[in-house]
Amino acid sequence: MTETAHLSIERRDGTTVLAFAGKLEAEAIGALWRPAIKAAEQARGRKLAFDLRNVTFCDVGGASLLAAVESAHGAPAEAIGIEDRALALLRRARAAARMDQRPTSITPPTVKEIASASFHLCAFSIVFIGEAAVAIARLPQHHRMFRMPDLFGYIDSAGIRSLPLIVLLGYLIGLILAFQSAVPMRQFGAEIFVASLVAVAMLRELGPLLAAVILSGRTGSAFAAEIGTMKVNEEIDALNTMGLDPVTMLVLPRMLAAMLVMPVMTMTFDLAGFLGMATVLRGFGFPFVAITSQVQGWVTAGDLYGGLFKSVVFGMIVAAIGCRAGLSTGVGPRAVGISATAAVVGGIVATIAADGIFALIFYRLQL
Amino acid sequence: MTGEPIIQVDKVAQRFGDRTIFRDVSLRVYPREVFVILGGSGSGKSTLLKQLIGLLTPSAGHIALFGRDITGPGGEKALDDVQRRIGVMFQSGALFGSMTLLENVMLPLEMFTDLPPEGREAIARVKLGLVGLGDAAALMPAEISGGMARRAGIARAMALDPPLLLLDEPSAGLDPITSAGLDRLILDLRQDLGATFVVVTHELASILTIADRCIMLDHAAYPDAGGVIAEGEPHALRDTSTNPRVRAFFRRELPEPAAA
Repeated sequence: MTETAHLSIERRDGTTVLAFAGKLEAEAIGALWRPAIKAAEQARGRKLAFDLRNVTFCDVGGASLLAAVESAHGAPAEAIGIEDRALALLRRARAAARMDQRPTSITPPTVKEIASASFHLCAFSIVFIGEAAVAIARLPQHHRMFRMPDLFGYIDSAGIRSLPLIVLLGYLIGLILAFQSAVPMRQFGAEIFVASLVAVAMLRELGPLLAAVILSGRTGSAFAAEIGTMKVNEEIDALNTMGLDPVTMLVLPRMLAAMLVMPVMTMTFDLAGFLGMATVLRGFGFPFVAITSQVQGWVTAGDLYGGLFKSVVFGMIVAAIGCRAGLSTGVGPRAVGISATAAVVGGIVATIAADGIFALIFYRLQL
Repeated sequence: MTGEPIIQVDKVAQRFGDRTIFRDVSLRVYPREVFVILGGSGSGKSTLLKQLIGLLTPSAGHIALFGRDITGPGGEKALDDVQRRIGVMFQSGALFGSMTLLENVMLPLEMFTDLPPEGREAIARVKLGLVGLGDAAALMPAEISGGMARRAGIARAMALDPPLLLLDEPSAGLDPITSAGLDRLILDLRQDLGATFVVVTHELASILTIADRCIMLDHAAYPDAGGVIAEGEPHALRDTSTNPRVRAFFRRELPEPAAA
């Protein structure tokens, strides 16, 4: 589509002449750039001239090339046959090229900077816990800021809408767990114990843990993105200037909603898991009554309550981490995405860490 | 007004559902002209600009850029062919937030030319210098002011030296000094680059400074007129127009309320 540009390098009476021809525009001069700069560097200390008589067109791209060649040479060059407009562009390009030439690359962070960033991150988490505690303590005075419709909205989006997913995953996990453990148990003729094994594992560990993972992926990330977008749009600042507390208005309803829905999600997950386990054992030929009596013989109410208690705490952790990630959103288009990722990763890691602590506590309390 | 028109718009209309934004809008933009589309908020200025750059297909009518019809059959092909000859500055700059200003300007050069990296950088630095941002090349878009972002947007639009530049509200929300600087930049670029400008704005001072010709859109007030209620040189419009909406716009006088 475009005419190409040409360059020939000549020596005329001790002067290096760069003779250009054709169209000097960004799309045409790509191949000329390095040869022209190289010729100019070699001609240092000698005179340099541009021969532009055969140039049909020169835009800012072309003028930038001429200016770059001049600065590689170190001195202004004589421009033979330059048009007035091209000369004006060359002057502008020279002026612009003289401007600041600071490097644009970002220097890698030092150990000190990383340490200070980590410290600030931890400090922010502690501040966040403190702010949430203060917000709860002040809730009686600030009850208007705690909007009930918001709470029901979050219960709906975090809990009720996740139930189909919970049922599907719970059923599959129960199915897989029962099938995988039935194969080795069969060698000892102990398949019937699969029922109690799956039931205890579901109630005590897998139910709350996997419900928290689902909450983290579905809801923690959504909380971070919602609050993060509000932060980017300066809505958080607007709340603050109106004297409204963002923690009370945005964080507490979300945390409470997550804490309320988590036991329900966990129970649903457990029941769906039992159903999956029962499907496998029925396939092995056990009657339904044998499965239920086996479960009843081994499972205590403490297993269930322990699991449900854990689920409430996990809900609080996931929601708090999601909201915190949203509130610490930075600026720019990628910031919200980074916050959402941080919410999911942080939620899952913190849940599993908390689960380990619960295992220790329950063991010491002999629950 | 010499030569073939660069932009030729014939009787275009835009409807969203049963809401008509404008209809029967025709205009010509000639080389080296600064053409201003003006009108109040919601008059369809930006909609018309979106049609011109092919982001929106008009409900009716034809648009030709550089003599190629971009609205008829084969319009997409025509648009592809002329796209590199058009530079667009979007409202508020639309800079890519994950890149420095310099990288923003270098991006089109990287995509469409075979320049070596140092060549792309040198050209991008010159472009940033032209808009007065030579010192800000290493900054991220989040670190600069609205006026700087718009100027950087212009630098990116000019990266490939397009003969046609379309600017969407370059001076909206800027202080008068920065705004005047942008006006000066547009006139300088027209002078030195020989570029043609289409500028959407409602900044009166800016219109009177830069515009060779303008059209004013106001479909809401004059539905029978289609959309364009005035066309011509802005000073002449200000001094001689008898249309009360045009007078109101240029003189900041509210039209007398019609006797009920």
